[in-house]
Amino acid sequence: MQLTLFWIFSSLMIAFGLGVVTLRSPISCAMCLVSSFICLAAVFVTLDAFFIAIVQVLVAAGAVMVLFLFIIMLLNLQAEECRRVKLGVMLGGTVVVLSFVVLLSQALESSPQFSKPIPVLMAPSQDVSMIGMTLFHSFNLPFQIVGVLLLVATVGVVLLSRRTLR
Amino acid sequence: MDVSNFISQFFSPAAWSLIKSLGECFMSPTGFLIWTTLLKSALLLVIILGLVSYTVYAERRVSALIQDRLGPNRVGWQGLLQPVADAAKLLLKENFTPKSANYFYFRLASKLAMVPPVLVLGVLPFGSSLFGVPMTIASVNVGALYVLAISSISVYGIVLAGWSSNSKYPFLGGIRSSSQMISYELSLALSLIPIFMLVGSLNLNQIVQYQIVHGWMIAPFWPQGMSLDTLLHPLALLEAFRAGCSLQRVLIWIPLFISFILFFISMFAETNRLPFDLPEAEQELIGGYHTEYSSMGFALFFLGEYTAMIAGAGVITTLFLGGWSLPLVPDGSHGWFWGLVNIAVFFAKVIVILFVFIWVRWTIPRFRYDQLMKLGWYFFFELAVANIFLAALILTYVKR
Repeated sequence: MQLTLFWIFSSLMIAFGLGVVTLRSPISCAMCLVSSFICLAAVFVTLDAFFIAIVQVLVAAGAVMVLFLFIIMLLNLQAEECRRVKLGVMLGGTVVVLSFVVLLSQALESSPQFSKPIPVLMAPSQDVSMIGMTLFHSFNLPFQIVGVLLLVATVGVVLLSRRTLR
Repeated sequence: MDVSNFISQFFSPAAWSLIKSLGECFMSPTGFLIWTTLLKSALLLVIILGLVSYTVYAERRVSALIQDRLGPNRVGWQGLLQPVADAAKLLLKENFTPKSANYFYFRLASKLAMVPPVLVLGVLPFGSSLFGVPMTIASVNVGALYVLAISSISVYGIVLAGWSSNSKYPFLGGIRSSSQMISYELSLALSLIPIFMLVGSLNLNQIVQYQIVHGWMIAPFWPQGMSLDTLLHPLALLEAFRAGCSLQRVLIWIPLFISFILFFISMFAETNRLPFDLPEAEQELIGGYHTEYSSMGFALFFLGEYTAMIAGAGVITTLFLGGWSLPLVPDGSHGWFWGLVNIAVFFAKVIVILFVFIWVRWTIPRFRYDQLMKLGWYFFFELAVANIFLAALILTYVKR
């Protein structure tokens, strides 16, 4: 049951991902990305990672993509829609993607951990407290450094957008 | 066994074995889970749809009462059949799509407005248990976060409706709505953190269980272990009160009450209700994002809005008002009657909150847009963060 759902949602996710790349209208692309995020959350649920799934929906689909959509609507982008597909670019892109996939699969197969079944990390009912303990206990310093980094980035964005106003 | 033998006479052996295997499938753990879940979902949907139509009726009657009018009182006794008439009218209207609208997103948006509030209902514990079946459709270990995540997704229906209508008033409504919902989601989520710190769990069922033992979140000093027996013995009751009221319990009430106020007011903004109904302010934007909709498209927005209101009231009930519990009322493990009483208690609390929603709508005038944004970002956000620190200080440094 869980495995079937996993494959259904992961194939849906890839389908929506293709939609993001191939569709012309920016709004459709954004909506495909949202759907793909929600499918990713569903994949996390089939892997018993409820907290990650919810955070995925809350942050990526609920906050970040709403802002994206908001900006796309305000800018009313039209240029994307009349751009033509060039054959050379298409071929080059396909070659790059395919070689990356081949490289990735070879790297995974050659690694010793690939053939082993992945051990169950924790009971699904405790993932919130486990993540909390890991973040604030084992990795407290890196976590705080990342927090400071985010703060710096925010201040930087405010500063940059102010300069353009003047 | 006699009964099954008796029934098996009426079927051919092949058909009977099929029926038997179907029955076994029904009673196997997975099968049982599936059909009870389907039954619970159907039950909840029926209750909610009924509640939605009568909330609309109540909105009109209560507003009439507040404004010293009569309101709809012609269809049926006291106008009680008005929702049926409204539904028939909406179904029979022409479902019109403007020529310049983006057809796909225009049609999708009205459906997207209806889905998220219904999804929220899936994790609310709307009763204790009935015949041993817990009255929650899905008891998720991150239930409270799930509610927040789904309500953050509900912006999409409104934004897409505003954009795809290709008309200026809906567009302004959609833009206003998305910025408003993003702003108030912050205080909505942050205001709940003191509760999570106190309970130590995000599971809505466990939050309700905590409130049964320690008292509701808006008044967290309940006599501990109070029952009918302790009521008859004043000394035991006094002892129970003393056990329930430590210094920490009294102090933690302050951040919890601030949380309650923040959450309640943010809920008004999140459901686009007056005093924060800028996205559909009639005097400025005609109807806001649903201006161009008619018939079922409009009805779906309307249903979605009221379902969101009911879901919001359900969340407030679950988190702050003790969910389905009432002091001295036993839970569903004492018999199906008490299970039904618990469900009734939950919906009674929801109805009280819905009444407050309506009452506020017809009492308080609309905020100006800059006032709304200032309230959200300059006041609620800071207050919610300070509240978290206050709760953390009390929980860490004051003795139990």
